[in-house]
Amino acid sequence: MYIYVNGVQNQVSDKTTLLDVKNHFNKDADVMILNGFQTPDDMQIKEGDNITLIKKGEMPPFEVLENLMMARHTPTVHNKVKSAKVGIAGLGGLGSNIAIMLARTGVGYLVLVDFDIVEPSNLNRQSYYISHLGMYKADALKEQIKQINPFITVEAINIKVDETNIKQLFEGCDIVCEAFDNPQAKAMLVSCVLSEMQGTKVVSGSGMAGYESANTIKTIQSMKNFYICGDGETEAKVGRGLMAPRVNVCAGHQANMVLRLILGINNVD
Amino acid sequence: MKVNGKEIKLQEKITLKQFLEDSNYNLTRIAVELNGDVVSRGKFDEITLKDDDKVEIVSFVGGG
Repeated sequence: MYIYVNGVQNQVSDKTTLLDVKNHFNKDADVMILNGFQTPDDMQIKEGDNITLIKKGEMPPFEVLENLMMARHTPTVHNKVKSAKVGIAGLGGLGSNIAIMLARTGVGYLVLVDFDIVEPSNLNRQSYYISHLGMYKADALKEQIKQINPFITVEAINIKVDETNIKQLFEGCDIVCEAFDNPQAKAMLVSCVLSEMQGTKVVSGSGMAGYESANTIKTIQSMKNFYICGDGETEAKVGRGLMAPRVNVCAGHQANMVLRLILGINNVD
Repeated sequence: MKVNGKEIKLQEKITLKQFLEDSNYNLTRIAVELNGDVVSRGKFDEITLKDDDKVEIVSFVGGG
């Protein structure tokens, strides 16, 4: 039968087990992953199985690295996410964290747009470091993503999104994430993409300030091609800030909905 | 007509913009879908609502 070992097709005899594969291909490996599941146990394998063997502390050759990085994905996900193009409008607490998650997921093409530069008050929830202070957010994210997943394309655009440039900026994107802070900007982007870019899906965030229960943050489909994450009401205001946990929960909802849409799942439940 | 799933009786001929203002929506913070299509924000006053219209309105709050 044929199986894949670290992404390479190999022929093995029909009664081969997982430990046989390890002992034959890399007996020093510390990590065995069978079809997305890491296990220390020996088990029967079958035709077409994907097996990943990793020796900890060893830098693998670049050409097998991507395969090893995606070994914990649910099988068949990788090819679909790799061919997706997703835009992110606004790279603050929502957008920067969404971008990192989608990069880890292996989304093949990201369009990251923000006019702003990183300043100290961003660091309480946004995916930036002290070393990024003063850099354009789009450039700082692109730099991080290169260290997380160098196998995807990242377009970093330092520009303010408005009604005149939305179509051009996000042309060809299957999905656009609305990740602004300002409610007028949110409404502008969502209305513009949905009314002018036929078929493009929008995943938005609204209501994730403070430290109320994280359980109130949900994903809802409220219109055709439109998904909104958040509790819908907890706005940032004087006396109520934006904190990493709830902002990240909301970003996680958005990123997961993006993944579901890429995989052809259009419902939220 | 139906607004966010609720039946509303139209008393008179009214534009979408007037209806939204009368209902105390902040026009700069909403997205509106009419019968399955999202309405461009500049067109709220060009649309007159009808009895069998289905309107979905989403209001956004700040933070991100």
